[in-house]
Amino acid sequence: MNFKILKEGMHDGIPIGLGYFAVSFAFGMMACSKGMGIVPAVVISASNLTSAGQFAGLDVIFTDAGFVQMALTQFIINLRYSLMSFSISQKLDDGGNILHRFIVAFGVTDEIFGISASRPGALSPYYNYGAMCVAIPGWVFGTLCGAISGNLLPHMLISALSVAIYGMFLAIIIPPARDSAPIRWVVIASMALAAAFKLIPVLSSISSGAMIIIVTVLVAGVAAWLMPVKEEEL
Amino acid sequence: MADAGKGRRAMTHNIYMYILVMAGVTYLIRMLPLVLFKKPIKSRFVHSFLYYVPFACLAAMTFPAIIYEPDMLLAGVAAFITALIFAYRRYSLIVVALAACAAVFIVERLL
Repeated sequence: MNFKILKEGMHDGIPIGLGYFAVSFAFGMMACSKGMGIVPAVVISASNLTSAGQFAGLDVIFTDAGFVQMALTQFIINLRYSLMSFSISQKLDDGGNILHRFIVAFGVTDEIFGISASRPGALSPYYNYGAMCVAIPGWVFGTLCGAISGNLLPHMLISALSVAIYGMFLAIIIPPARDSAPIRWVVIASMALAAAFKLIPVLSSISSGAMIIIVTVLVAGVAAWLMPVKEEEL
Repeated sequence: MADAGKGRRAMTHNIYMYILVMAGVTYLIRMLPLVLFKKPIKSRFVHSFLYYVPFACLAAMTFPAIIYEPDMLLAGVAAFITALIFAYRRYSLIVVALAACAAVFIVERLL
């Protein structure tokens, strides 16, 4: 048990937990305003810990599209986590105990990946545990509060809160894009391609989950080929 | 969203089975690479690819989706521009998210 690193993780997890509270509040509210009970909404957040996947999962549940459709949707939208886990796997020092990998895996989110990937040197699992200790309660408690108030809030507020998750995504990608020209090009190219998928008739029939995978692999692949990252930046 | 109607619908599938499938697939995606690929990868291309993935993925998820999410298209545009400005000035996650929400609320109230 490494308390010093655990505390560092908890410290860095605080802003993530606060951001999660706001976004999962919107999730809980949306779930309950469509007729889901408070308990299932909270169970989804506690067991999934994924923003985009959960919002997409709501769609599948409310259209009653079946378990195969659910598995496919989650697979495509959350496939990016396998790339993040792959990256963390390279850095993680599990001290020979594979159990650490099973626990760290549960907390691989965009934001926790972001802070753990930027840690210099080898990554201690206790750093991730610290961040998870703060971020997961934020996510679950936010869902509970949103679910309780979901039926109380006017529709206009629900519409406003629907963009919270995208605001959070922009807060993650824009500051690095400001500092690094390659990241800036990756962000611009991905947004332009995603817009093309939405607007071009032949491409717009592709599901948004599939579009995200195609754009991600294409843009990150071309960027890695044209603008390889220097070793010290990794 | 497919069904905006209020009230509970009769569903043929059990909701907890849906949640089990959701959580199971999501956990496997995260767990398998961490448990199966432990040896360091030397390829500079693979490292660079993994470095760019989160940025490409989050950018594609955000735009143009943010524009179509609120009731009004113009409110979505306002949310996007507001969030861009706040994020560029390095405000925290929660401040950027709330600023985007406020932009939607203001535009939808005014128009």
